[in-house]
Amino acid sequence: MFADTVVAENRLKNPLFLAGIALAIAAVIWLLNPTVLMQRLLEQEDDIGQMQRVIVSGAVAGAIAINLLVLSLLPRMVQRVLVYAELFAIVLAFAAVFDLDFAFIVEKLPYMVSQGVVTTLYVSAISIVIAFCVAMLAAIAKLSTSELARSVATFYTSVFRGLPLLMQLFLIYLGLPQLGFNITALPAGIIALSLYYGAYMTEIFRAGIMSIPQGQWEASRALGFGFGRTMMRIILPQAVPVVVPPTGNMFIAILKDSSLVSVIGIWELMYLSRNLGSATFNHMEMLLTAAAIYWILTIILEIGQSKLERHYSRSSSR
Amino acid sequence: MQPDQTASIISLQNVSKFFGNFQALTDVNLEIKRGEKVVICGPSGSGKSTLIRCINRLEAHNGGDIFVDGVRLHERMKEIQAVRTQVGMVFQQFNLFPHLTVIENLMAAPVWVHGKDKAKSREKAMGLLDRVKIADQAEKYPIQLSGGQQQRVAIARALCVEPQVMLFDEPTSALDPEMVSEVLETMMDLARSGMTMICVTHEMGFARAVADRVIFMDKGQIVDADSPEAFFAGNRNPRAQAFLDEILSH
Amino acid sequence: MRREQPMYADTVQSENVLKKPLVFGGIALVCAIVAFLLGSAALISTLLPTADVASIPLQLSASALIGVAFAANLLGISLLPNGVQRLVVYGQFLFLLIAFVLVFDLDMAFIAEKGPTLLIEGLTTTLYISAISISIAIVIALSAAIAKLSSNEFARGIATFYTSLFRGLPLLMQLYLVYLGLPQLGFFPEAIPAGIAALSLCYGAYMTEVFRAGILSISRGQWEASRALGFGSGQVMRRIILPQALPVVIPPTGNMFIGMLKGSSLVSVIGVTDLMFLARNLGSSTFNHMEMLLTAAFIYWALIMTLELIQSRLERHFNKSKTR
Repeated sequence: MFADTVVAENRLKNPLFLAGIALAIAAVIWLLNPTVLMQRLLEQEDDIGQMQRVIVSGAVAGAIAINLLVLSLLPRMVQRVLVYAELFAIVLAFAAVFDLDFAFIVEKLPYMVSQGVVTTLYVSAISIVIAFCVAMLAAIAKLSTSELARSVATFYTSVFRGLPLLMQLFLIYLGLPQLGFNITALPAGIIALSLYYGAYMTEIFRAGIMSIPQGQWEASRALGFGFGRTMMRIILPQAVPVVVPPTGNMFIAILKDSSLVSVIGIWELMYLSRNLGSATFNHMEMLLTAAAIYWILTIILEIGQSKLERHYSRSSSR
Repeated sequence: MQPDQTASIISLQNVSKFFGNFQALTDVNLEIKRGEKVVICGPSGSGKSTLIRCINRLEAHNGGDIFVDGVRLHERMKEIQAVRTQVGMVFQQFNLFPHLTVIENLMAAPVWVHGKDKAKSREKAMGLLDRVKIADQAEKYPIQLSGGQQQRVAIARALCVEPQVMLFDEPTSALDPEMVSEVLETMMDLARSGMTMICVTHEMGFARAVADRVIFMDKGQIVDADSPEAFFAGNRNPRAQAFLDEILSH
Repeated sequence: MRREQPMYADTVQSENVLKKPLVFGGIALVCAIVAFLLGSAALISTLLPTADVASIPLQLSASALIGVAFAANLLGISLLPNGVQRLVVYGQFLFLLIAFVLVFDLDMAFIAEKGPTLLIEGLTTTLYISAISISIAIVIALSAAIAKLSSNEFARGIATFYTSLFRGLPLLMQLYLVYLGLPQLGFFPEAIPAGIAALSLCYGAYMTEVFRAGILSISRGQWEASRALGFGSGQVMRRIILPQALPVVIPPTGNMFIGMLKGSSLVSVIGVTDLMFLARNLGSSTFNHMEMLLTAAFIYWALIMTLELIQSRLERHFNKSKTR
């Protein structure tokens, strides 16, 4: 952002302003009234009295305000490191407040990874491959001069982008059997994901293909290439670098949406996170562990994604 | 360490500016008196834009001192806000606010920043638009005006906060040739009214007509500074001479 | 469905590929194989109620017939003039839909009976949950975008943590964390507030990037001119930058709303009686799943198509004003 070369006064140094901030935070905490949290803080089992509520709100707010003040006085680099450290500490404290059974997590983690993560990954991978093929066909169909092909492709993208993924999942899983096609959960999930994301990727491919200058078509035509050969030899090879980065984004999205297939009983990460802990009432342990795994996966993929984007944008800005 | 206040309204002492490893300004010393009109010229990359952008703190200088009307420029906000109002700036790209009408562009700073009365500001703004001969466009949006008209509005907008010094950063470089003269005329009119002006420009005709001093910069340093007559008559400095030849041959 | 332009149409018409016997035969064969594999049982039983469905020869000949009929249909369509082609194709889709309904043996009376509930209670719930969520999401996104762009490290850190977390987790996960997790902290949200909270936070994170990009798209010269005139950074934002960022940001926000309508279907999982929930529930006691699912699907589709029409109008309007 356009950082001004002039810096405004640090308002936190003004005691009145600081007190005002502390008061506002205290009010918010008091209103929210996180009873369980307060009980843990005071290490007591009984209910929180009015007086205690006010005191705890005030104390926590004061601590936060002073923390903000101290942070603002430090040099920028130190600030950044400290802020992230504090956020991390809050996450840990969070886990502590939940009184989480870490042994339980350690015990179940291997299974979560070997069954849950693996299933999530291969469901997503298969889906994106199928979606890719479907999208390629549909994009070409949409761009062809055949009204028939165009209409069918438009119908496809319209329907499959116009319905929620959950709806499509149920339609396939509950509907097809009524037609006589007995389909199990896993194929149903993969088909739903493929068709849904295939529709979105159709638009991406269509835009990618259309981004190739008309001159390429004219040159091919002038040389006697037909539509099919032009596509295969000239257009598509040029469209691939344009299309790969958005496709990467789609994969990250499929990974997250694969969690929906847990609803029809596929034993992927989301499903396991809800089931493994239910027998012993360790819901949160499993939910948080799965959340952490999803987050880490997403971050890894996003790093890969930005590397991909940089690689392809480098070649386009030759 | 304050210089003689009655003489200079702007004082640069040993000013240096770095962009990373690149030194844009090297030990620049410059004193500008009240009411003086200074034209700064030089090849591109010589640091002339950087110089005037340091004066209103759009760029932060790394070494030396800059004083504007006695106030030393530094990184804390308290006094700089006032300094920025004392020093008006006209940009090469006009930078008018596209979502406001012409008159609203002029009233923006007085009303929103300084809390002046709306009706009085409007009156003053209309007066200024009159002065730059564009009063009939007051309710139009910038996009509906020509480049020359937009730049004149930009000049009026800068004047609306009653600055003591006006900085011009290549005000005519982005204009089509037929619109350059209307803007230059406005600037000459301003000069005649006694405003202190610092102009970075290639328009040598303007320099000859209006400037008290012509400064030539090259590679981040002030290489030559003279009265216009002396500057254009014949030059001691070969680099300045080469530059002049290049410019005037067009 | 807006007509999209075909690719660079050649001035020379290529051979109608369907006329080639190889292509025709190929399509018929593939279709026949698919029909055989999927089991043309239902189709046979509808057309020939008295026939023995399990008989292989019958299945084979039925599949072959289907294959040839399909290929012939394609050929016939391709021979028609363009305008008529379009009509015939959509006509056939409509026909397929009706055939679908008949084959499923759908209870239209049931749909007529339960339909209004689906529409009134389900659609209304879906709409108002989405509307409230997008409003909250906009507020969150604006604050987070400004925080991410500010020079205050604390604000930047929190905003970055927020967008990273809520874009990095599936919406379903966020829903469960809010609904099942908060009670352990002492907050006991009901299903609807939990759903709204999860949707707002999730889409707020995505919209933060939209707003951030919008603000950054405003040219630097606007900042410089404002600063030169003495505007403080808060005033520059409020008076100069944000008003200009608004038109840039509205089209993507429209897209987000459409996305949120689809995402809102997830709240059915925690028991909110929205369109998706009712679609699954109203029919379950009498085993009329498909009737309700299809009706709800149609309602979703009609809603989203309408919104997308409005959305493309919106985009056209805002792109027009940019090139005034």
